[in-house]
Amino acid sequence: MKEYDIIIIGGGVVGCMTARFLSQYQLYILLIEKEADIGSATSSANSAVMHAGYDALPGTLKAKTNAISSPLWDQISRELGFDFSRCGDYVVAVNDEQLETLQKLKQQGIDNGIKEISLISAKQMREHEPMISENVTGALYVPSGGILDTFAVTVAAAENAVMNGVDLLLETPFLDFLMDGSKIVGVHTPKGDFKGRWVINAAGLYADEVMHKANVHPEFYIRPRRGEYVILDKVDYNLSRQTVLFPTPTDKGKGILVASTLHGNTLIGPNSNFVETKNDKTFTKEGFDEIWEGALKLIPNLNRRHIIASFSGLRAHGNAPCLTPGVDYISDFIIEIAEGVEGLINLAGIESPGLTSSPGIALMVIDLLKEAGESLTPKANWNPIRPARPVFRHLSMPERKALVDKDPHYGRVICRCETVTEGEILAEIHAPIPAITYDAIKRRTWTGTGRCQGGFDMPRVVKILSDELNLPPEKITKKGSDSPFLYRRTKDLEEVES
Amino acid sequence: MKKNFDVIIIGSGPGGLAAAINAKKHGAADVLIIERDLELGGILLQCIHNGFGVEIFNKDMPGPSYAQHFIEESLGLGVQVMLDTMVLDITADLKVTAISKRTSLIDLQAKAIVLAMGCRERTRSQILLPGTRPAGVYTAGTAQRWVNIEGYMPGKRFVILGSGDIGMIMARRLTLEGAKVERVLEIMPYLTGLTRNYVQCLMDYDITLQKSRTVKNILGVNRVEAIETVAVDEKWNHIKGSEEIIPCDTLLLSVGLIPENELSKKVGVALDPITGGLIVDDRFMTSVPGIFAAGNVVHVYDLVDWVTEAGFVAGRGAALYAQRSEKEKVSKIPLKAGEAIRYVVPQFINPDSLRTEIIRLQMRVSAPIEERVRLTVEDDQNNVLAKKAEPYARPGEIITMEIKQDAFDAVQKAAFLKVNVSKR
Repeated sequence: MKEYDIIIIGGGVVGCMTARFLSQYQLYILLIEKEADIGSATSSANSAVMHAGYDALPGTLKAKTNAISSPLWDQISRELGFDFSRCGDYVVAVNDEQLETLQKLKQQGIDNGIKEISLISAKQMREHEPMISENVTGALYVPSGGILDTFAVTVAAAENAVMNGVDLLLETPFLDFLMDGSKIVGVHTPKGDFKGRWVINAAGLYADEVMHKANVHPEFYIRPRRGEYVILDKVDYNLSRQTVLFPTPTDKGKGILVASTLHGNTLIGPNSNFVETKNDKTFTKEGFDEIWEGALKLIPNLNRRHIIASFSGLRAHGNAPCLTPGVDYISDFIIEIAEGVEGLINLAGIESPGLTSSPGIALMVIDLLKEAGESLTPKANWNPIRPARPVFRHLSMPERKALVDKDPHYGRVICRCETVTEGEILAEIHAPIPAITYDAIKRRTWTGTGRCQGGFDMPRVVKILSDELNLPPEKITKKGSDSPFLYRRTKDLEEVES
Repeated sequence: MKKNFDVIIIGSGPGGLAAAINAKKHGAADVLIIERDLELGGILLQCIHNGFGVEIFNKDMPGPSYAQHFIEESLGLGVQVMLDTMVLDITADLKVTAISKRTSLIDLQAKAIVLAMGCRERTRSQILLPGTRPAGVYTAGTAQRWVNIEGYMPGKRFVILGSGDIGMIMARRLTLEGAKVERVLEIMPYLTGLTRNYVQCLMDYDITLQKSRTVKNILGVNRVEAIETVAVDEKWNHIKGSEEIIPCDTLLLSVGLIPENELSKKVGVALDPITGGLIVDDRFMTSVPGIFAAGNVVHVYDLVDWVTEAGFVAGRGAALYAQRSEKEKVSKIPLKAGEAIRYVVPQFINPDSLRTEIIRLQMRVSAPIEERVRLTVEDDQNNVLAKKAEPYARPGEIITMEIKQDAFDAVQKAAFLKVNVSKR
């Protein structure tokens, strides 16, 4: 059995970013993910905002990791070849009382180390975004805020980790720890046991259950909080410029935002409601009403007819107290070497700003390992660069021509709404982390995300996957086993109960 | 390869094929069809049921046979074809940029363009269907492609939402292939597809249609496991206590078609907010001179035969436009939809047209009128220029009427024309 130095449980953005940063050292690393693709749960459905860092209470790990991470994204996006826009964000007030809240928020941002943060007038806000509500009384403007593509970040980080020698196992759920007394020596999975000196618990919604297996923090629980979203068509409706608009926060949270996506759409959401199970990603009628009403408070002339997609995501909301003396805060991140056992690092309760904070969390893991006495010798041949693959729709006409001349597969458009070509899909199927489900291809190429929502491309993508993977079409799935598209050939016989 | 054409047609469904044929017949020398799929025929190729050709051939044909007739005629006339080719852009000066594996990126120049991209299906998000996002939620047309073109069954037990024609036709098709169709649900209190499809596809196969009922929830994490349905009142509010959970593995959606006009929007062609399609005149020219439109890009037709007829009109218009040396400027007369009429096509009329031909109008009413109705075309002085009687008027069935040449003088003077419907 291969003995790993580090086993990471969970292929969300935290696990993948941690794997990527640790891959620079001479370590044998295994990343296990229970789903058929990395980034399938919380990392696949969130606001995709790079938070500037004024939201979190000073002294919390949320504030600390956000502050470390925010300045890093320019470099990381260049190294890992994904899009990132530091377009700036606004917190909008629609009455005088909210202006006072913005004053406090501004001070909190300064305390968290944000250098450029300013209150602007209603007039200035309207100049920045003419479609803003007439009720606007002012706004907090933070130019360092930005937007990410949450799928692209997770995939790029994981891919760079794999390029640098990290082993990745998909559809491999953690079942239990392998223990030697109070020392963790590996993990037990349906695909076998894997030995490792350190286990990093980055299990997202399930991080509580993982640590409970080692009797760590029995008092810690994750209660999923669901957030619902809709996406508006990019042709029909756009904000005047790429931006992020938050309402003034209340006791209930950051509220419903209206934001640009890097793909040119407009994102609306999320609400925040506790749900009972950790896979309840139901989109509800009530939830829609809630987010739509919230969005209209910022941009009153939104049109429901422009909605092209709806989805919900779950936040891994924990109950960990902030450990900084004097800071009274529950539901902070847990970033620690666990006590009571040897060899466990917990990264738990990672909800917003988890995507933003992921590089900072990874850097903190490195510090924790060093403090624990790991020598962490750098690899001589570590390559921090993950080259971006061609994205047809982003190219100019001459660039498109050159690409098709080189590889004709880029000359066949498979997804007509988003103009995704066969070449892009093939590149993902044959990438360092092969995309072998429909959803994996969708997240990487943006196939099927447009206004027809896969109606046109779906049979074609299933056919391409079937051809490339040399599998019958009935074996091609949306998101792993138990999610087939097709059951049988038309003329095959089958028993159907009537 | 050749770069200059008299008429370039985008799409080879019934509208595009008819436009190509009639462009040729009206003197356009170089006519090119650009088709993104591997074969000509568009969506007709997956419509293997019959019901095509009754109006034009007085013969009931399956979709592929109907398409084949026009494919052969167009190729026989020398229409040129680029298959497996996607148009990426068109411009107001009638340039077409397309891409294919074989040709790479190419720029073409037309003297007239016919947009014939058809329509797409409304999706679950556009009607804000609640629930999870498992495999097994498909539009009816996607399922139709899988069954009829690829030869695969996308489910075993189906619930179909929407009594549109494709949904009902798929209910029959899936039943014939051994699947169980549990229900067809319709949120409206009336059928939205054609009555003949209800009789031939649902009644004949004992498939239950439930009106004023919709999907309340989609259940299942990986694959659909059940659909929760609910009755609705006339404002579509859910009626508490009427819920039913239907175990099934697939939900098919037949909840409407939307004209496919993303390409048209790029060139700034005016769209009708009601139809979602292009605004056209009686020659099917759009708001951009030289760009014509044929078929479901204008509005969604009930019958393919009418798409073909619209294609003939657009093809002739494009051919004549391409051959004209000077582009005369005419002021067109708006044609408006009166109360209780949801829309009427065309939206503008060339006053000249009646000199040589009859103008055909097609319209839908806003709500069903289940008694004898009278339809009129009136001018701004309420003079009746054309009229028609119908035994009933339903939103699901297009009403066709004509303005005849005897209205020529009245039309010349009109500031606008308006279509009205009234109970008799």
